[in-house]
Amino acid sequence: MRRSLTATILVYVAVAVFVVSILAPVAWLFIMSISDANDLTTIPLRWIPEQPDFSRYARLFSLEEGSAGLAFLSALRNSVVVALSATAIALAAGIPAAYSFSRFPGRMPLLYAVIVTYMMPPVALILPLYKVFSTLGLLNNVTSLIIVYCTILLPFVTWLMKSGFDSVPVEIEQAASIDGANLFQILTRITLPVAAASTGAAALFALLLAWDEFFYALLYTSDTRAKTLPVAIADFAAGRATDYGLISAVGLLAALPPVLIGFFLQKSLLSGLSAGSVKG
Amino acid sequence: MNSFFKGAACGLALLIHQSLPAFAEDVTLNAIFMKQAAYSEDDTKAMAKAFEGANPGLKVNLEFVPYEALHDKIVAAQGAGSSGYDVVLFDVIWPPEFATKGFLQDVTARVPKGDRDKVFDGAWTTVDYDGKIWGMPWILDTKYLFYNEDMLKQAGISAPPKTFEELAEQAKIIKDKGIAKYPIVWSWSQAEALICDYTSMVGGARGSFTQDGKLSFDTGGSVEAVNYMKKTLDDGVTNPNSREYLEEDVRKVFSAGEAAFAMNWTYMFNMANDPKESKVAGKVGIVPAPGFKGKAEASAINGSMGLGISAGSKHPDEAWKFITFMTSQETQNKYAKLSLPIWKSSYEDPAVTKGQEKLIDAAKVSLGVMFARPMTPSYPELSSILQKNIQQVLLGQASTDDAMKAATKAAGRLR
Amino acid sequence: MAPAQQDRTAWLLLTPMIAIMVLVTAFPLLNTLWLAFTDASLTGQGYMWQWIGLENFAYILDDSDFRAAVGHTAYFTVLSVSAEVVLGVLVALLLNQEFKGRTLVRALLILPWALPTIVNAVMWRLIYNPEYGSLNALLTQIGLLDAYRSWLGDPATAMNMVILADIWKNYPLIALIALAGLQTVPKDLYEAAIMDGANAWTRFWRITLPGIIGSLSVAMVLRAIEAFKVFDIFYVMTRGGPADATKTVSFFVYQESFTYLRAGSGAAYALTVTAMSALMISIYVFMLVRREKRS
Repeated sequence: MRRSLTATILVYVAVAVFVVSILAPVAWLFIMSISDANDLTTIPLRWIPEQPDFSRYARLFSLEEGSAGLAFLSALRNSVVVALSATAIALAAGIPAAYSFSRFPGRMPLLYAVIVTYMMPPVALILPLYKVFSTLGLLNNVTSLIIVYCTILLPFVTWLMKSGFDSVPVEIEQAASIDGANLFQILTRITLPVAAASTGAAALFALLLAWDEFFYALLYTSDTRAKTLPVAIADFAAGRATDYGLISAVGLLAALPPVLIGFFLQKSLLSGLSAGSVKG
Repeated sequence: MNSFFKGAACGLALLIHQSLPAFAEDVTLNAIFMKQAAYSEDDTKAMAKAFEGANPGLKVNLEFVPYEALHDKIVAAQGAGSSGYDVVLFDVIWPPEFATKGFLQDVTARVPKGDRDKVFDGAWTTVDYDGKIWGMPWILDTKYLFYNEDMLKQAGISAPPKTFEELAEQAKIIKDKGIAKYPIVWSWSQAEALICDYTSMVGGARGSFTQDGKLSFDTGGSVEAVNYMKKTLDDGVTNPNSREYLEEDVRKVFSAGEAAFAMNWTYMFNMANDPKESKVAGKVGIVPAPGFKGKAEASAINGSMGLGISAGSKHPDEAWKFITFMTSQETQNKYAKLSLPIWKSSYEDPAVTKGQEKLIDAAKVSLGVMFARPMTPSYPELSSILQKNIQQVLLGQASTDDAMKAATKAAGRLR
Repeated sequence: MAPAQQDRTAWLLLTPMIAIMVLVTAFPLLNTLWLAFTDASLTGQGYMWQWIGLENFAYILDDSDFRAAVGHTAYFTVLSVSAEVVLGVLVALLLNQEFKGRTLVRALLILPWALPTIVNAVMWRLIYNPEYGSLNALLTQIGLLDAYRSWLGDPATAMNMVILADIWKNYPLIALIALAGLQTVPKDLYEAAIMDGANAWTRFWRITLPGIIGSLSVAMVLRAIEAFKVFDIFYVMTRGGPADATKTVSFFVYQESFTYLRAGSGAAYALTVTAMSALMISIYVFMLVRREKRS
């Protein structure tokens, strides 16, 4: 489609507004991370610090015993392990389930039942599960977090993927099944690639939900062996002398892995489907 | 997607190698502390290391959590029936709840009779409930009145206020002379911090939280305290942002040189004197929080914390050994820079007082008059009720009488 | 496939999901269900309890504080989710246009979403800080504001400011899902519509929206459920204050079971919250199904 010059200018202005609105708060976070405590309490506000101070970033990558760096890096490792594992399991179990809901209708109440468990405030489930994990000796262990997060991720992975599969026409599967492909082959070779956008969105959504979870992690973990990033960040934010610069620096670094993953997932997320292969 | 799954599989493999708790013949004590403790994390670790050095065969596993999570984690570990922690750090407001619900062991018999007189009475109220002792006081803390010496000098004020009335008058002078827009800053956000300032004032008005054995907040000192808070806001001498401030915000405003007066805990003294953190370093004055005219000379809130043995601990004797070490006069004198000892005679020891004479002078008065928040097993809920109602007054949503009557009524219904 | 075989395949495919959900959530759910009918309180020896039937629920019906919390939560949910959907769709349409640097700009969508909620909350708390916050500084420097304001200390603004922080973090998710949906709308439909003389407005309602509504409505429901359970952001930004003006139902349940240790009534509140959430969602799903049947 051709665009008029006015439309083009409008698009660029709107894009600029969007970019600024996203970046401004994050830029402020970055400025805080390199300002010293006195700069941040100057009125009128000093937008650019007099002397940029990168020492917090240096501290976050030190590996000394008991240092902020060790706490941060081990939390990063735990978060990556927990988020990836929980997402992988949720996808592995959720995709077949979603396919079943989509292709063999009649079991929708089951899907709603699963979604209702997702509506429960986590506070109500946290103590009984604490008891279970304590009995199994799984407290302060990333395994318990992976198990819990699976139940948080599964309901919506299933639902999101079902709506994705619904938009894939049955006809293209029928063609493959005539060619002798079995269900597994149809699912992995035909349906999933066509529903790549939904899969990508579900995976990213799941990943970030697990990345973000705070309350379970706060109660179930107690040291560097299992603490995840949100808990480590809450630890940095506690303490009598809160260093907002350090919190900002940790926050920015914590956002990096998902941003990178999202950047690489973008292609599958937004892969334009060739017109005509899918009905609207 | 393929490489994605591979990555996840690697993650799973890593899991299997997660370390399991080491099996040792020695006794390992699990202890829960908090990040915000007056003693720094490093100091606490050093103390525990010294304990391990002095007691071969005993190991201490320290966990540090934010204050906000401390209560929840202790409760979750005990309630779930896991033996979890042996030694727990508890806030002064928890013993009634912890004692009635069986979260702590009664240690009355373990405390040497001779120690009772050597430790501040206020410190004992931290661990005392129902005539029994539930732990040893460890951190002795109260809120002081900090002032900016330069601002007072500039305003021609020769001595810091001795009464709350004087405080308001001096603040008015400072405001009128244009030295500070809002001379006093407090932590009156909807949080426990608000109740601490309020309690200090009730103590300073010689008030009481009970009447005929029932919780009561709608007469005497309590009303006087809330009226005072509201009036300083109306007169513009209290920073209106105090209503969303916690202790750290108070420290920032005071350290930035924007307030002449601030109420805060002991920790602010050394931090406000640190040039890296503060623009008023070297000009920080500290006195006990004042009392109301004709009622009291000084006021203080008991904001101490104690160490106790959790009900489920399998090693109570070893746990007590550790607690005794942590609260001993020797240990406390050695780390007196961030938190002052519970032992009276320490305050005459030059090793403790050196370099913080101003603080010690204030502490000698304040620690003697520490006033406790209401003692009830339902304290957390009572605190929520008070926070909400006092805030309604401070925000101009309700009159003091109405709000405090409502608080008293709600307190009477506590389940 | 024969119907019986089909049925077997369907269940087989569902098995892993059902197994995980039942193994992990069955015990806690039953436990909560049982607790709700007791006066259980949490003690050092586990629960001390007595069966009290529906007493907890009777108490809830009469609890004006809880009603206020429901009001706050509903306000938060409706305002933040609707703003997120509108903004999300608009931004998705924008990023679906051709312009230079599109890939990079699209990647920005992940950024707010990738900041952990805890960090997002702390960040906005600092931005709103009445004395040193950048919002006051910015607004006064460009002349929109005369004097610094206490954004989170004023009951009139506190809730809306938290909502703003929540929208900023969460609308990119809706935008991303809408954007993904847009890729599945066949281009030839637009070309045909233009030939028929349909304007942009008509094209949006007739072609674009029907094309993305499926995934969009799922995303919307999920956001609504999340918003109704909101906890972390208030925990960091206001802790329910000022004067309870931002106390939400999850915060209520949390206080009841953890701060006051009343496991029984806490469970009853939790079930009530779940029921409300389920009711809200089923009304929505019902409307959705009816709409689908009509078209």
